[in-house]
Parts: sequence; structure tokens; C-alpha cells
Amino acid sequence: MLCVGIAVLYIPILVLIAYSFNASALVTVWGGFSTAWYGELLHNPQILDAAWLSLKIGMLVSTAAVIFGTLAAIALVRFKVFYGRFLLTGMVNAPLVMPEIITGITQLLLFVSMLHLLGWPHRGFVTIVIAHVVFCTAYVTITVQSRLVSTDHSLEEAAMDLGSGPLRAFLDTTLPLIAPALASSWLLSFTLSLDDLVISSFVSGPGASTLPMIIFSKVKLGLSPDVNALASIMIGAVGACVILAGYLMRRNERQRVVDTYRGS
Amino acid sequence: MKKSQRPWIQRNGKWFIILPPLLYLLVFFLIPFAFALKISLAETAVRVPPFSEILSINANGHLHFSPHFDNFRYLFTDPVYGLAYLYSIRTAFFSTLICLGLGFPMAYAIARTSRVTQSLLLLIIILPFWTSFLLRVYALEGIIRDTGLINQTLLWLGFIHHPLHMMRTNFAVYLGIVYSYLPFMVLPLYATLEKLDHSLREAAADLGSPPWRIFIDITLPLAMPGIIAGCMLVFIPAVGEFVIPTLLGGPDSLMIGRVLWDEFFGNRDWPVASAVAVVFLILLVGPIAIYQHYSSRQIVT
Repeated sequence: MLCVGIAVLYIPILVLIAYSFNASALVTVWGGFSTAWYGELLHNPQILDAAWLSLKIGMLVSTAAVIFGTLAAIALVRFKVFYGRFLLTGMVNAPLVMPEIITGITQLLLFVSMLHLLGWPHRGFVTIVIAHVVFCTAYVTITVQSRLVSTDHSLEEAAMDLGSGPLRAFLDTTLPLIAPALASSWLLSFTLSLDDLVISSFVSGPGASTLPMIIFSKVKLGLSPDVNALASIMIGAVGACVILAGYLMRRNERQRVVDTYRGS
Repeated sequence: MKKSQRPWIQRNGKWFIILPPLLYLLVFFLIPFAFALKISLAETAVRVPPFSEILSINANGHLHFSPHFDNFRYLFTDPVYGLAYLYSIRTAFFSTLICLGLGFPMAYAIARTSRVTQSLLLLIIILPFWTSFLLRVYALEGIIRDTGLINQTLLWLGFIHHPLHMMRTNFAVYLGIVYSYLPFMVLPLYATLEKLDHSLREAAADLGSPPWRIFIDITLPLAMPGIIAGCMLVFIPAVGEFVIPTLLGGPDSLMIGRVLWDEFFGNRDWPVASAVAVVFLILLVGPIAIYQHYSSRQIVT
């Protein structure tokens, strides 16, 4: 059952990657091995522009999301009681289950009203970044929260007893412990932002098309070999990010076990 | 008498940590729902933005509020919306059941392997979840289209003589949802099954319970939080699914996400689209949020 389940998850992706090396322009016929479609991508300015836009958005979004998410995680783990705790918990969890189409439509309506009242922001790069930071913050908070819960708060208290200010104590003791969680949640936010279609489509404006938006408009017309190549590259990049993130988390886990033994 | 000797910044320092994420999510996640509600009460207008203003200040300086409920009336009189809601809920419901049926044995199998294998298997399950949703749905098309892998294999084996038509059918929509959301079901199930105390099952077996009784009396109740969490994580996003019915479904698979998209981009009728979103939230997310609130309280006590 498990093997069948895993096979079902992977076969479509493997077939897609295999067909991206198909020499034939017909997506249904195997015409021999070729990397021509990858070369084709490099000469398509529309795709290159979209890729650059998606990368810029992804990097900005994941950096902002790691900052907001970490602050939210610290707030939820360290401050047991504060006004707005219930609200913050809800707003951190809701974006994870909210259908994207609802989030997208409401955010667009906000941006349109803001532009009308304040003259800012114009739909495009900025609005996509703002919208992505919301759902990425939710993911970062969950990841960092689970790591913070398992870190030893007494180290930070010890540092404060020895005269460190709270910020200094945090930077010296807790931050190194949660750093791998921050790095991996940065990578995961990056992949989430890179992949998003629905929310981007709503909040984007004319001239700002991200990579998934280009792919979607091409895919609606049917299968095409250059999309296969592009998809394979994206799957490869995202896969590498996720494996790296998983590795960072695991190494940290092992390091903690070693530290515990050394300490005892 | 002073309340505290510590400087102001240390007493109130925690707000520097709490406020940035709280305000950000408030402004860009929660307040947008208020705007959706407001615009759902407006009228469609030929201008930018394409809706009328329902709040205005008249010559006397009084705030004037003039809501229109026509959009909601329209939703309940035009059968398209009712049918789309019902179709979406039905599709999401059965997809969730299928995911549960497939995900439970998978999670159970993972939870019973060794620690090292567990983390490896989990990575294998999570990896496709992080891979683009859009690209996975697209990859599925390569498998199930008339000249895809499944049909070619079956034709070659001689089981069928004409390709099975799977693309643009309801079957393809179910397949797409189950394929995309299966990891969301497996992960929370795994999390609860992994913590399951095996001695309880052994005790029941020692006392003479047959395996199916042990499953119903012990495994199932203990796994309930995971089952509920997994079903929520599949059901709610699946109801609002847009990409899967658009790419894999036929013209008759009118899910509410697709109606919303067409209303917005096709007809540019923003107030009606907002009304669809508001009704969606009230009908679906509201009761689920309340239910989850109470069920999580129950677990705590």
C-alpha cells in the first residue's frame, strides 16, 4: 500500500521529466533523447523575464517571512499571555487552510481600495510580495515554533543572570539553536512563493507575470515540450531546496543529541 | 511606590516582537475580508475600480451608508451558484474520504517502521508536496490523457482496444485532488499514529479482542485528532480548488473556485465575486473554525 502510494506520487513527475528530453515536438511520440527544449527556454525572453521576476519575489518574500514568522513564533512560545494572542494564533493558522482563491480575491480587493484611498500600492511586484509574505509567514511560524518549544530557555535566562540584555541573550544563546530552522524555513518559503499561481494571478497587475502564471497560460492550451523542460528545472530546483532544508533540520537534530551527551 | 524598577523599554519590549507580525497579518490577511464584505454590498459600475462606493459623506458631513443586497439575491436566484457550491462540497467530500482511505494505511505503515526509515519515508512523502501544485497537476495530464502512459500501457498489454477517456472528466478531477492533497492527509495521521501506545493494543489482544475490534476500540479513537486534522487540511482547500477542475475537469465540473475566477476575470463582476467569497466563508469556513475551536479545547481538557 505504502509503495503503491509513493509510486503514484512520483510516476507522473518522472514521466514529465522523461518527456522533457524528448526530441520530438509532438508530446505524445518519443523521438529520441535531446536537450533542445532546454536550449529553447534560454532564448525565450518572456520565460526568462518571468523567471527573474519570480526569483526576485521569492528572495524578498522569504526574507521578510522569516523575520515576521520568527517574531510571531517567539511571541507565541515565550509570551504565554498577551492581548491578541488568540488573534495571532488564528491568523497564523488560517492562511494554511484558507482556499487560495479566497485569500487572493480578498487581498486584491484590499489593494484596490488602498490604491484608491492612499495611492499605493500599484498592482504588480509589490502586491505579489505583500500577499506571498502572508502565507509564507504562516509556514515559517509553524516551523520555528516547533523548534523553539524544544530549545532550552534556561540558557537564555542564565545569560541574562550574568548581565546580558534580553536581546543580547537571545542572539547569543537561542538564535544559534534555531538558526537551522530559520534557514530551512527560508528555503521552504522560497519554494512556496516560487510555486504560487492563484494568489499571484489575483493580486498581480499588467506586465508582472510570474513563472507559474506563464506556465498556466501555456498549459491551458495543452501539453507543450518546452513547458516540460521548464517544469523539470523547477521541480529540480524546488527538490534541491527541500532536501537541503531537510538536511539542515536533521543535522541540527543530531548536533543537539551530541550536545546533550557532552553536557551530561 | 513604583511598580517596576526596570526601564520602559524592558517592560514593554515584548510588544516590539508581537506587534510586527500581528499588525502585518491583521492588515494584509484579516482586514481584506472586511473589504470583501464591503464590496459584496456594492453595485457593479463601469469605472476603475469596477464597483460603486457604499460609504460616502454627503454635503451635510454625515456618513452615508447605502448597501445593496442584490448580489446576494442574485446568488440565491441563479441556480449556477447553488449547483457549484453543492458540486464543490460533494467533490471535496468524496476526495477527502478517498484520501483518508489511502492515507490511513500509508501513515500506519510508516509509523510502524524504524526511526531512520520513518524520517526517510516522510521526506519522500513531503517532497512532492513542496513541488509545484500546478506542475504536478500538469504532470498528471501526461499520464491520463488519451495517448498517455496509462492508455498506452493498457493498449500495449491488450487489455483495451480503444483508449479510455479520462481527461476532462469528473474522474480526472477526483484523481487530481487525491493526488495533490494526499500528503496533507498522511502527515497529521502519521503524527498521531506514531505516538500511539502499543501496549494498549497488546493488552486488548491479550484480553481476547479480535484485530478488527482492537482497531475500532483503540486505534481509531486514539487516531481521531489526526483524522480530523487531515480531513480539514484536505476538505477546505479542495472545496475552493481552482487549478484542478480548470486543467483536468470537463466543462460540467463547475467548482465554486472556477465560478469565482470566471466571475472575476471573465465578467469582471467584482461585487458578485466578493459575494460568492463571503457566502463561501460563512457557509464553510465559519462552522469549521467554530468546530475546531471547540474540539481543540476538548483535547486540552
